[in-house]
Amino acid sequence: MGEPGVPPREGRSFPSKTVMSRKPVAADASAPTLATRFKRPSAISTVGLVLVALLLFWLGVNLVKAPSVFFTVFLIGFTTGCVYALVALGYTLVYGILELINFAHGDVFMLGGMFTITFGTQLFGLKQGQGIVTVPIVFATLLLSMLACGLLNAGIELIAYRPLRNAPRLAPLITAIGVSFIIEDVGLAWKGPNYITAPSVFPQSQIFNFYGVAYEWNKLIVVAITVPVLLALLYLVQRTRQGKAMRATAQDKEAAAIMGINVNRTISFTFLIAGALAGAAGLLYSLYVTTVRFDQGFQLGLIAFTAAVFGGIGNLPGAVLGAVLIGCIQAFNEGLSWHAPGSDWTEAIVFSILIMILVFRPEGLLGERTPEGG
Amino acid sequence: MTEHQEEIAATDDDGAIHDNVGIRNELRARWQALAFKERIAIVVGLELVLAALLFFIDHSLGFAVVTVAALYWINRLPPLPWKLAGQALLVAVFLVAGPRSLAVVLAVAFATFWIPKQYRVWAGPAVAIVLAVLYPFYQSKMFTVPVFGVWPDVATGVYMIVFVMMAVGLNIVVGYAGLLDLGYVAFYATGAYTAAWFASLQFAHVTWHFGAVGIDPKLPGIHVTIWLLLLLAGVITALFGIIIGLPTLRLRGDYLAIVTLGFGEIIYDVARNSDNFIGTGFNLTNGPNGITPLDSIGFGNSLSHWTGGLLPANYLSCCNAKYLGHQIQSTDLFFWTAIVLLLITVFCSLRLQYSRLGRAWIAIREDETAAAAMGIPLMRTKTWAYASGAFFGGVAGAYYAVFKSATFPGDFYFNISVFILCMVILGGMGNITGVIVGGAFLAYLNEEGLANTGAWINANIHIGSHHPNLDVPLYASGIYGLIILIVMLFRPEGLIPSRRVAAEMHEGVHDEPLYDIAHAGSDG
Repeated sequence: MGEPGVPPREGRSFPSKTVMSRKPVAADASAPTLATRFKRPSAISTVGLVLVALLLFWLGVNLVKAPSVFFTVFLIGFTTGCVYALVALGYTLVYGILELINFAHGDVFMLGGMFTITFGTQLFGLKQGQGIVTVPIVFATLLLSMLACGLLNAGIELIAYRPLRNAPRLAPLITAIGVSFIIEDVGLAWKGPNYITAPSVFPQSQIFNFYGVAYEWNKLIVVAITVPVLLALLYLVQRTRQGKAMRATAQDKEAAAIMGINVNRTISFTFLIAGALAGAAGLLYSLYVTTVRFDQGFQLGLIAFTAAVFGGIGNLPGAVLGAVLIGCIQAFNEGLSWHAPGSDWTEAIVFSILIMILVFRPEGLLGERTPEGG
Repeated sequence: MTEHQEEIAATDDDGAIHDNVGIRNELRARWQALAFKERIAIVVGLELVLAALLFFIDHSLGFAVVTVAALYWINRLPPLPWKLAGQALLVAVFLVAGPRSLAVVLAVAFATFWIPKQYRVWAGPAVAIVLAVLYPFYQSKMFTVPVFGVWPDVATGVYMIVFVMMAVGLNIVVGYAGLLDLGYVAFYATGAYTAAWFASLQFAHVTWHFGAVGIDPKLPGIHVTIWLLLLLAGVITALFGIIIGLPTLRLRGDYLAIVTLGFGEIIYDVARNSDNFIGTGFNLTNGPNGITPLDSIGFGNSLSHWTGGLLPANYLSCCNAKYLGHQIQSTDLFFWTAIVLLLITVFCSLRLQYSRLGRAWIAIREDETAAAAMGIPLMRTKTWAYASGAFFGGVAGAYYAVFKSATFPGDFYFNISVFILCMVILGGMGNITGVIVGGAFLAYLNEEGLANTGAWINANIHIGSHHPNLDVPLYASGIYGLIILIVMLFRPEGLIPSRRVAAEMHEGVHDEPLYDIAHAGSDG
């Protein structure tokens, strides 16, 4: 395992510039360099390949045995993956800029669901069967929920993480866990220990039914809300001045500050955006699944974090890809018929994936690119 | 404790290393600008106002504030004759007016502090151990603490000691080696299930007995004596820790944290779902119903006879003796055994701290690259930290499972990991005394304290005739989160810090920035 910064060995076939100029991406000191990985396929990567092969074999058998179930389950997984993508992007944005795993993010997402139900039903009178009026109401609720979660997330940064900016790395991480527990209990105190239900406003009628593969409107609506949000985020990060400041801060805070970027304001803005994404995800989740409970956020947040790591943390397209993959894996696990472990094991499987990624490929699927979301 | 604080305060004055970390230092700078007499006046005034306010809520709480303030000021008097006189006066006041038991507690505490400093290193812990061992005899005679209510009963004491053991074990990983472990509950679970497998009816298709007490020798299942099992649970858990550690310890701090968290969750899932282990139909953990009952602990008939009944044959069917007006119960025996286990744990932990291995851990915690450059084998040293921490977690888990005579998957939820981490952080990472105090306090809160506090709040705090009717234990995890947040913001080194960790927390040993980012925003 070569450390980054170890000078390249002689006789390597790669031009040294490609390796030397690359920052360690997944923030892992022991990530194998490109050269070593191609030269010596170690025992550990062989094991990883065997596992991937087994997974593909299992999927293939399921596809052949029951193709309609396979594709139905895939569509479910894709929809869940879209919700995960919004949450995972929040993790990856914050990690990219502060190298902090914001454990509280999942709970902000959970509060987003609660905000949605509260604003939607109590402020706007959202209920099932309102016809076309539903659209502006959902849109207004979405904006309010995003705003509330964004402000909450920025507030968390201000109170809990900013004072620890110069402390050892573990200090803000521990604080993040504390904040997560606090927010969870805020949800508990606010809405009580039981599931709260949202009105089922997304129509569940089928769009098409192709040889038993059904696709419902509510799934399409989830995708239709997710995709513009993702595109807006990509535009924000890659095309605007503020996005440039975010990328610069992520790359090097000192240099960014010297260049006149207000580092603290940029970080606050990043938390605001991440929180807004969590708010959007909260809306989609609460209206798609229609139930929210105070302790769902942490688990779902961890799954989304796994997705972010899967795609390569700090990498925006990677987070989306990872989220869709994790969503599909979860759906396959819960929905397929041939030797699927079932929903009891979902968390164990997702966390096994997380561990295996970190062991076999800590930089994630798309982690070869720069970490600041390019 | 006071010496520690003074020493740390001293480094502030000359070093000024704290200048930009946290709200706390700004407040301190303003406070230090005041004159000495002003400070005393302000503090005494605030104390009296507080006492008066609290007196209207609950009389005893007002008195308690006055007492604590008196203790503080007596402690700052010149030692002879004023300090002694003040202490005697305080004890006398409580002997005459207040609860007598409080007077005795104060007398013992004052006496301990009059032991000369060079002996106190040994005498302090010795007094603490004696008081702990005698606890079942005087527990029922103790005074009622305002807000917190009666003193914890002995069963809570066992719980506290078990969790302190785990906190001491986690302290090796987090405090010494600086590896954030968010899945410590996995070790607790491994220990508990090891005890459950080898001392219950779980594997009824085999019948194998080895020194188990208090059961029919023909009973099916594996029944190994608990004493051996405690060791076995420790060893198996340590091996498990190594297995977890080998692939993951290469990862850097926060990644390690998330991987250990993942392992904790996986173990929980396995425990919950393995009544049908990976679809094979094999009943490994009996699923959500848990494994119960477990065999009892004891020394067996022959040892008991040989010692003339001093060592009980079986903890659960013991006890007709009565000493000092207290009927000995099986809980007391569990309590004393737990104290012995805790002493062994603390002894090992202290010996490890300044051993070659312990110094290597500290080096890795402070700077991994430098440690590697000095020839410390990173992987091996980290794995040892993991294995040692896991060992004590396993022993504690096994012992607690035997005490409860049950093990359920619900005991091994992620919250427990954070709960134990909270103990280490509250007490002070890397400091055994701190971890013991923090662990005991939080374990007490979890078992009795929060319920008692909630009852006090519901009874005493009301607006008009409106009582809040709070279910405080429901919000336990939020309260721990709040404790973690407050400690990390205002006193990141913990209540009773180790000086070295305190310095690291304030200097920011890792990634020291070239440019002051914390204050960059205002003019940027």
